[in-house]
Formats: sequence, C-alpha cells, structure tokens
Amino acid sequence: MIFAAILAGGIGSRMGETDTPKQFLALGTKPVIIHTIEKFVINDNIDKTIVLIPKNFINHTKNLINEHIGDNEDIIVIEGGKTRNDTLMNSIRYIDKNFGIDDSSIIITHDSVRPFVTHRIINDNIDAARKYGACDTVIPATDTIVESINGETIESIPVRDYYYQGQTPQSFNIKKLFNLINSLTEAETNILTDACKIFTLKDEDVHLVDGEVTNIKITYPYDLKLANTILGDKHD
Amino acid sequence: MINIVYRLKSPKFFEEAIDEIELDGVIVRPTYLSICQADQRYYQGSRPGEVLEKKLPMALIHEGIGQVVYDKTGEFNTGDNVVMIPNTPMGEDVCRANYSYKSKFRGSGFDGFTSDLVKLDSSRVVKIPDDFNPNVAAFIELMSVAYQGIGKFSEIAVTPKDTLGVWGDGNLGFITALFLKEKFPDSKIIVFGKHLENLNLFSFADEIYQIHNVSDDLTIDHAFECVGSSASQSAIDQIIDLINPQGTVNLFGVSEYPVPINTRMVLEKGLTIQGNSRSEREDFVGVVETLKQNPLLFEYLEKLVTNICEISNLSDLREAFDKDYISHFGKTILKWNK
Repeated sequence: MIFAAILAGGIGSRMGETDTPKQFLALGTKPVIIHTIEKFVINDNIDKTIVLIPKNFINHTKNLINEHIGDNEDIIVIEGGKTRNDTLMNSIRYIDKNFGIDDSSIIITHDSVRPFVTHRIINDNIDAARKYGACDTVIPATDTIVESINGETIESIPVRDYYYQGQTPQSFNIKKLFNLINSLTEAETNILTDACKIFTLKDEDVHLVDGEVTNIKITYPYDLKLANTILGDKHD
Repeated sequence: MINIVYRLKSPKFFEEAIDEIELDGVIVRPTYLSICQADQRYYQGSRPGEVLEKKLPMALIHEGIGQVVYDKTGEFNTGDNVVMIPNTPMGEDVCRANYSYKSKFRGSGFDGFTSDLVKLDSSRVVKIPDDFNPNVAAFIELMSVAYQGIGKFSEIAVTPKDTLGVWGDGNLGFITALFLKEKFPDSKIIVFGKHLENLNLFSFADEIYQIHNVSDDLTIDHAFECVGSSASQSAIDQIIDLINPQGTVNLFGVSEYPVPINTRMVLEKGLTIQGNSRSEREDFVGVVETLKQNPLLFEYLEKLVTNICEISNLSDLREAFDKDYISHFGKTILKWNK
C-alpha cells in the first residue's frame, strides 16, 4: 500500500503574531492544510492519507476536512509527535498496527504547509521510492551557499552546483526506513533533523526528485501574503 | 485545490503561476500536448500589441490529451486516457458552440493546458482508447477542426463532389485532405501547395500540384483553403479561377490580415464561401470514432510528428517553441513531464 503522511506536528512558532498555527490560515478560499490534503486525496496511487496534528487541533482538523472535502474514509487524522521524527514514527506505528507493513509499502511524507506541491512531484516520488527505496524532493540552489561555523566569518564557500535546496515530499520504502530507524544509536537520533538523513547516516542512497520553485513552505507571514497575492493574480 | 499553471507572461517568457480550482469536475493530468500556430503567434509576439496586452499572461496550448486523475461526476475512471476539448460553452446559443460569442476557448482568452492539472467539465472530456499513439492523439483537436469543416461542407454542397481541391501543404492541409479521402473515397482529392517536399508526403492524395504549375484545363468542384496568413489571398484567387459554378469555398486558414476576394467572380459563379474555425464535442467524438475504425490513418498522421520534446522545465518549453518555429512542416509534440 502507499501512504501519505501530512506532517503538521509543529505549531508554527515562527509565523509571528497570529495564534492560529500556520497550516490553518486561509490561502484563497480554504485553509492551507486542506489544499495540501486535497493534492494527496485526488491521487489514485495513494491508498490512505494520514494527517498528523497536535492533539488539541485534531477535532478542528477533522471538522475542516468534513467541511471542505467531505466524509472520506481514506483520510485519517492522528496525533503527531514532539519532533518531526516522533511524528514520522507515529505514522509508521499507526500504519503497522492498522494496515501492516510489507516489502512494497511506501510512505510519502510531506509538510502540511507546502500546499503548492504538484501532482507530478507526488507521482515522481512514488516512482523513485518504488525504484530506489528513498527519495528527496529538491531544487538546485540559486543563492551562493556560505558556510560559517561561528556565525561571524566565512569558513568556506562550497561549489554551488553540488548544492540543492530540500523541499518535501520525502518518500521511503517503509520497511527499509523502519529498520534503519531502529538501528540508530541515541547519539545519531539526537542529530536527526531530516528523515533522509537517516538513510545518509547509514550510507543508503537517497534519490533526487525535481521539485518546483513554487513548492514553497509557508513559514513566515510574508510567505502567506506572497502566496495569496500570487493566487489573486490569476487571469480570467 | 491549488494548481500550478505555466503561463506565457510576455513573448518568449513563461512563468509559474498559482491557481485555485474546485474539485467539482474532471481533473486531468496533461500527458501529450501539441503546439498550434496560434500558440506560436503568442509566443513570438506576432499578435497585435493590444491583443497581447489583453490576453497575457495566459497558459498556451489547446491541443492535447491527458489522464483522468479525479472525477467527482463518476463518468470517468482514474487513469482513463482522454482528449481535452478547449472550447468551453458558457451558455445556450442559436449557433454551434464553437462559433458562439458566449464560449470561451483555452489558450485564447483563458488558460490553456500547460499546467500541473486541468479541471474540465465532464462534457469537455472524451475518452480515447489506450492503444492510440499518444503523439498523434495529441493533435486530435486539429483533426476535429478539419472534421467539423468537412461536416459543414457536406451539408451545404449542392453540386457533385467528384473533384475536391485542398490548398495548403501544411498540417491542416494534410489532415483535411486525408479526412476528405476517408469520407469521400470515390472523390478525386487534389492537393495544391508551394513546397514539393511537403506535397510528396501526401501519398494518399490522387494528384498533387505546385501552385505555379497547374494545367490550364484543371477544374475542381469544391475547395478547401488551408493556407492562412497573407498567402490566403493568392490561394483564394486560384480557387476562384479553378472552381466550377456553385462550388463551395471552405476557408480554414487563419489570417492576421484582411484578405481581398474577387467578389465579381464569386457572384458570377454563384459560389458559397464558408468559414470554419474551432470545433465542438461531436467533432472530437467523430474523430475518435474515425480513428478507431481506421487505424491505418495513424500511419499517415504519424508523418506529421516532426518534433517530440520532453518538457521537464520552462526552458524545455521555450526550446520546444523555438524548435517548432524553425520547422517547416509537421507538429511539435510536448511530452508533458512538468
């Protein structure tokens, strides 16, 4: 089976003054998270879409799904974890308990605040996860990357051609991911900020999938304002 | 749902744009698209400035097929291969919807097919068999324009259809001549063109002529002008010279310029001039049925596929348009991976 895990565990502390987590703010006529869920729900390759959300927003999320998408048994809302990896593990445990995991099970993990993901990107993720076991969605870095350890002076300027900006989805063969997570030492677990890093730590290949410059993450108030402006700019 | 649309912002400049679509129709993922001269005129900026100003930014391309991703109406299964109909009626009218001022047309006033997904009303989607060659199926829309023109011609022609003349050795001329041969196998199909290398591809036609080398005693019963632009004038002049009294002159070629017509001879011969543009659902269905029944047509139509371009980013799209622009004959197919 193929699962989508929409990761909305965080409460968006970077968003600024608003009290509403960023995934619930309006983009056009709907909340950001609804736009994101719709992308996965309409994709026939995906069997179940699991939305992972802070506990006190679970009912609110279910109500929004009911209002905008309607009753749909393929959408499951469960509690996320404290960290991104906890949230990811929650989804894997849920899948294992309710559907079982076999050699061909795939999970597509995606930020709830990236509503501009395309159908093509999702399908390319499924193909790459099937073929290679793990993939990350990226775009070539456009700005020069500068490395500074002390935050005051430049340590090095890497060759930009070798650098990409990571987006989501990140997709995995679940069994492979599960086994790798279980093999991590505590020290390794503590430095994990990204699911693909689990693979690279263990010298496993992660295939690159072409992202889109439009596949932005709504992190700051500016991002949402920009997104709504672009959306309002449509040509009739 | 959010949709990403790739619009022409100004001549030769595409940009990504964000659109919001409701999930209340048929959602199609484009797979194979085809560039039309009309798209090329926008891309090159050869439309009048005020037209470009009014219509851009706009997603180009109105010829194409795709796969059904989602259908709330339940008329289609996900994964169905379909041809998308660019004409979109916005109300009832006394004329055919492809001529109605109430209709909107994709790639001319509203967004065409260069997008991640396309939302269409279920009446704007026609299923095609999985074994259709996708590079040919990509330009079913162009075939449907010829098909509807031939259908209208059949309704108005009162004199014999023994000799049918097609002017123009380009894509539309090729398709029109081929479909005429299909519909009227007993008629003699004569193709008139400028380029011998193109004319030689019309092997199904009964006779081919270069326009400057036509025998004096040649006459035709009805004519199909598939030339367009400023060359329309000389084509229509020659048609009026060669056509028999009460013949029909079926105009297919688009011109940016007003074309003078020898009305004295039109009157003297009692000719009927009929304009043709765009097409409607029944024409798409007709073409799909015709192709189903005569798979041999694919063999001829494949000759029109001159460029197949994989489109993974906007520079691929620009390159495809540039490649199409320098091609003298045939269709440029966009294998849509964007």
